[in-house]
Amino acid sequence: MPHTKELVEKLVDTYGRSRESMLPILQDIQRTEHYVSDDAMVEIAKQLDISTADVYGKATFYSFIDTVPRGKYVIRVCKTIVCEMHNKSGIIETLENLLKIKIGETTLNRKFSLLYTNCLGWCHMGPAMLINDEVFTDLTPERVREIIAIYKNKN
Amino acid sequence: MENIISLTINGIDVSVDRGTSILEAAKKINIRIPTLCYHEDLCVAGNCRVCVVEAEGYRTLIASCATPCEQGMKIKTNTPKVRNARRDLIALLVSEHNTQCTTCYRSTNCELQALASEYNIDNDIYMSILKPEHLRIDKSSWSIEKDDSKCVRCQRCVRTCSELQHVNAITVAHKGKDMKISTFMDLPMNEVVCVNCGQCVIHCPTGALTERRYYDDIWNAIGDEKKKVIINTAPSVRVAIGEMLGYGPGASVTGKMVSALKQIGFNMVLDTNYTADLTIIEEGNELLMRLKKALVNKEEVALPMITSCSPGWVKFIEHMYPDKLAHLSTCKSPQQMFGALSKTYLAEKMGIEPENIVSVAAMPCAAKKFEANRPEMKSSGYQDIDAGLTTREIGHMIKQAGVDFKELIDSDFDSLMGDSTGAAVIFGATGGVMEAALRTAYEIITGRDVPFEKLNITPVRGLEGIKEAGILIDNCLPEWNFLEGVELKVAVAHGLKNARIIMEQIEAGTSPYHFIEVMACPGGCIGGGGQPIPTNDDVRKKRIKAIYDEDAGKPIRKSHENPEIKKIYEEFLVDGPLGHMSHKLLHTHYTKRNRY
Ligand code: SF4
Ligand code: SF4
Ligand code: SF4
Ligand code: FES
Ligand code: FES
Repeated sequence: MPHTKELVEKLVDTYGRSRESMLPILQDIQRTEHYVSDDAMVEIAKQLDISTADVYGKATFYSFIDTVPRGKYVIRVCKTIVCEMHNKSGIIETLENLLKIKIGETTLNRKFSLLYTNCLGWCHMGPAMLINDEVFTDLTPERVREIIAIYKNKN
Repeated sequence: MENIISLTINGIDVSVDRGTSILEAAKKINIRIPTLCYHEDLCVAGNCRVCVVEAEGYRTLIASCATPCEQGMKIKTNTPKVRNARRDLIALLVSEHNTQCTTCYRSTNCELQALASEYNIDNDIYMSILKPEHLRIDKSSWSIEKDDSKCVRCQRCVRTCSELQHVNAITVAHKGKDMKISTFMDLPMNEVVCVNCGQCVIHCPTGALTERRYYDDIWNAIGDEKKKVIINTAPSVRVAIGEMLGYGPGASVTGKMVSALKQIGFNMVLDTNYTADLTIIEEGNELLMRLKKALVNKEEVALPMITSCSPGWVKFIEHMYPDKLAHLSTCKSPQQMFGALSKTYLAEKMGIEPENIVSVAAMPCAAKKFEANRPEMKSSGYQDIDAGLTTREIGHMIKQAGVDFKELIDSDFDSLMGDSTGAAVIFGATGGVMEAALRTAYEIITGRDVPFEKLNITPVRGLEGIKEAGILIDNCLPEWNFLEGVELKVAVAHGLKNARIIMEQIEAGTSPYHFIEVMACPGGCIGGGGQPIPTNDDVRKKRIKAIYDEDAGKPIRKSHENPEIKKIYEEFLVDGPLGHMSHKLLHTHYTKRNRY
């Protein structure tokens, strides 16, 4: 994968070859590619001269780094107890119906992925969810329909 | 700052150096604190909390393995609060564990089982949360089995593979309840850089990592009238197998081991030491040949030459330094030399059809299983070694057969291929191959004994990670005049962490040595991944002592003086060391593999 190789090489030039550079490199790849592929992990291992398993261990530790392809918009619904008690399951059901995917899946057009996340710190305004970096709170099924409609029209 | 710390543990005064953990301080006064993630070979992880103790003035319990002693501390290791906390922790571990002790290979030698029984975890306090996806056992590797359903996530294996072996084939993936020990992308073990050393296995407290077992095949072969099942036993097995059969570490039980193997039905019990002696002849000559090419013919040859008898090390260099394979000696390991000869020379001499021979090796090693199954290891026309069993598997077989080991009367190895020298026995300890090679090579060159008292080349002995020695060569025999005045420089490394240091020197072009011995496992074979558990430095030292005692007690202590070795060069390997026959049966080649 020449593209991956170039991308990693460029990032290594920016961040350096020490082990500490691994996280910023992973984050940048996540930002541009929406996930870190196994090719990218092998390339990082080569460039930093560490084992591929170490890169995989680090990448899987962080919830916001994905090692499987995700959609352009990653929706993460809080599954922690406060949101749970504020009808999280209704929110999930609405999302699953709207997007025709189950939790953990990505739409065929690679536009949306639907995931759980732990507490987002918005418990007082739960249920809460994230779409990429943006937070949405006080969710109701109606509000979710509106939000998704907007995103469906985005590129 | 005070450098001596005084404290009390269970009311007993103890003084220790600053930095000593509470766990170590307790050990000093013979107070045992239970542990699980702690292992004396590894850095402290402090993740299991089984070792908690109470300290006066502290609000919470503290992990004794991870907490250094402080001046005036008052520690209690066995209060009801401590015991309840430990019991809860162990019960939680059991609740996510595939507790199948009745059928588990590690039963009676398992740290979780011992803790559960000690803390009387006799009822289901917590509901089982065993994950069905963990019930899949990875049996892809010839050497290592990985069963996540028995993993307590102590990470001893990960620390071992990283700190001791610098391989990093396994890692901690995901977090929290999803955390698991994983390879890259969770690939099967046979598809990653794992070198099969088995060090993770001997550092695992439970049955989550084990060697792949083949003894049932061997029982079947023993039961088959048509088959002649022969076994060769590696030097380090005889000084360790006793630990599985009622002896303490460091017991040399050679004669009883031979008797037991005969009793359970092996048709011939032979000695890997015989082919260890043969390795010395071939490898010693190979070294001299390379030196001659370099110094006399001014040819490009790969120096330093590095030993090749440790299959974990061989796979390591194949993965990590694929451009440096020319440095490896082309000699097969003693196991594989034995296999090739057992189905040619031995078959011929004994009048047995080679296809009816089942050639088994008793090894301290997990990587020997992979080695036996390398596709090129068929130089006899058959698979040269049918199975490499670990010391632990052999111990199990002896138990399964109902042999009362301690009561056995000693027997001698059978012959042919049963004679060996002290030089072969020491292959089992780090530095041993080097010492044996020097005893022979120096004598070939000068016609005299190596210039060390009683032939004991002490600079290459012991547990230091990298050992060095230099021997000045003078008064050579005429044929070796080109070596006159040369200081032969050698090094010995054990544990792949140290092998990497040696290889980095070679890559940088700064290696000052002519000849290097590398063993994958810390301590050499006596600390191999197939040895009885536990293995730690204390145990390693005792096994090493037993090895050198065996050597000292042998009438012949130089490989080239082994009468059976002289005989095979007269009768079978007639074109001599490195000759056509040796080349076909005793030498091999290597495979470049991926580092990433
Ligand atoms: S790993 Fe230990 S506790 Fe688990 S089943 Fe095996 S013997 Fe029992
Ligand atoms: S066998 Fe050796 S190389 Fe393989 S995972 Fe275990 S410690 Fe690492
Ligand atoms: S495999 Fe064994 S050593 Fe590794 S984390 Fe699990 S229990 Fe611990
Ligand atoms: S519980 Fe959902 S944001 Fe805290
Ligand atoms: S042994 Fe101390 S925390 Fe595990």
